Amino acid sequence: MRRVYPNKDFCIGCHICEVACLTAHSASNDVVIAANEEKATGLQPCKAVYEKGQISVALSCRHCDNPSCVSACISGALFKDEETGRTCYNETQCVGCWSCVMACPYGAVRRNTTKGKIIKCDLCEGRHMPACVEACPNGALVYESRD
Amino acid sequence: MSYVIVGNGVASVGAIEGIRKVDKETPILVVSEEDTPTYGRPLISYFLAGKIGLDRMSLRPDAFYEQNNVEVKLSTRVSSIDTEAKSITTDSGEEIAYSKLLLATGGVPFMPPIKGIEGAGVYNFTTLNHAHQLLGLSKGIHRVVVIGGGLIGLKAAEALRYNGLSTAIVELGSRVLSAAFDDTAGNIVADKLHDEGIAIRCSTTVEEILRTEHGEVIGVRLANGQKLACEAVVVAIGVVPSLDLAKDAGLDTNRGIKVNDTMRSSAEDVYAAGDVAEAFDMISGDARVTPIWPNAYSQGFSAGVNMASESEVPHPGGLAMNAISFYGLPTASLGHVNPTEDEDCEVFIEHDEENGKYRKLIFRDEKLIGYVLVGDVDFAGLYTGFVRFGLELNDEVKAELKAGQPSALLWPEEEFDLKWTPAAE
Repeated sequence: MRRVYPNKDFCIGCHICEVACLTAHSASNDVVIAANEEKATGLQPCKAVYEKGQISVALSCRHCDNPSCVSACISGALFKDEETGRTCYNETQCVGCWSCVMACPYGAVRRNTTKGKIIKCDLCEGRHMPACVEACPNGALVYESRD
Repeated sequence: MSYVIVGNGVASVGAIEGIRKVDKETPILVVSEEDTPTYGRPLISYFLAGKIGLDRMSLRPDAFYEQNNVEVKLSTRVSSIDTEAKSITTDSGEEIAYSKLLLATGGVPFMPPIKGIEGAGVYNFTTLNHAHQLLGLSKGIHRVVVIGGGLIGLKAAEALRYNGLSTAIVELGSRVLSAAFDDTAGNIVADKLHDEGIAIRCSTTVEEILRTEHGEVIGVRLANGQKLACEAVVVAIGVVPSLDLAKDAGLDTNRGIKVNDTMRSSAEDVYAAGDVAEAFDMISGDARVTPIWPNAYSQGFSAGVNMASESEVPHPGGLAMNAISFYGLPTASLGHVNPTEDEDCEVFIEHDEENGKYRKLIFRDEKLIGYVLVGDVDFAGLYTGFVRFGLELNDEVKAELKAGQPSALLWPEEEFDLKWTPAAE
């Protein structure tokens, strides 16, 4: 399956992927409204840029083959789609127990405390190319199959 | 001939998904004593508290069994296993042959020999039926005593309190949550529960459940002589692995059914997973029963993969972990959290009393082996990575962890590349 792979040698730490992720998951689909208004009412990106000195990298859910988050999920909100290989998330089922936040050793599942639910990468369901990959100005994120 | 799974909890679901990862065809039969399709067992406290309805209890969509070619026999008890003939017999006398058998029978609540414990008015809290019972009960009574200050006891107390009951917890140990937490973290949670009106009595135990001459519960008598009035008692002291079936069949058992790293028991083609299994633990390095949800799923999954594969795929070992919120106060605890003096561990503690936040990291041999987080659990997973992958820490990395700044960029270079940027195969 195709996944998003980061390249820390190319990442310039601009956080544009986070903004693109935010916009792609917003109701307005407008970067300014998403960043100003919707963020204030709980919209969060699934992407996170980590920095260490001059090095930076943008990380999100790896869509693992045998994911710890699915093992830990008590509510059936997280599950594997065997056909697409994606680690799927059904927000309606989530009860905000944070078991997956703890279990994911990649720190790729995060809390949305406004909603009392988790948030994680859905590979931009419905889009041809994940927004973060499309927006990266330096090719530091690629969407490809390495299976 | 089909795969047969005894039990219908999360280990069973994990096993179905593990088998189907390898074998899409061979039928699977699940035999369960319970009368409901699989549900998120920890959700019973959410259900009892009125936070979610029955419509949200399912662990998998309704079509799950059909899609995976699984036949489910509910309300059916397995009475014996014949490992020679490779068959099981149900209590209705039906004999069912298996190609591979998984015992995912879980555990049953431990009922201590307390005077007066037999009879009406005494409950447990480990199944959806228990939650239904307590929900019905809570409409007709005012006071309840919960025996046991572990995770189940505390969640039962919280949910009953949500139903307006006057609620007290009695815990034999010196603090609540003794297994998963330390004194400070346990006390932060205890304070929170106390603020919400739950009475907590530690370092004592219930010596007698007091009843009227007609047998109705009217209170409990504690070891310290005090009496607490109540109309019902919930016993939540712990869960004992359901071993009878395995013992009768001659499988090697200790506290649980002994399994190797492929989840196979001492008998050929018989596997065990979940709360009933005694399996290798990643941190302690020995075999133990770790009755927690994520282990049950991952052991089940691993058992399933191995049941369906020619080759053996070892399970990485169990890792104790609990993430639980109490009245909205989030907590997470993972790995080894209460080292003794002679274990030669380094313990880092940060306690922000004003904001009710607590962070404890446990290091051994320049590795992170456990943590406790209260109030702020956002970085839990990033700490987990260090424990789970057993990453070597240098001084700089350790300092960052202590500073509360865990990050995948602190991983050893080769580990980062392997996990995050693998080369195409």
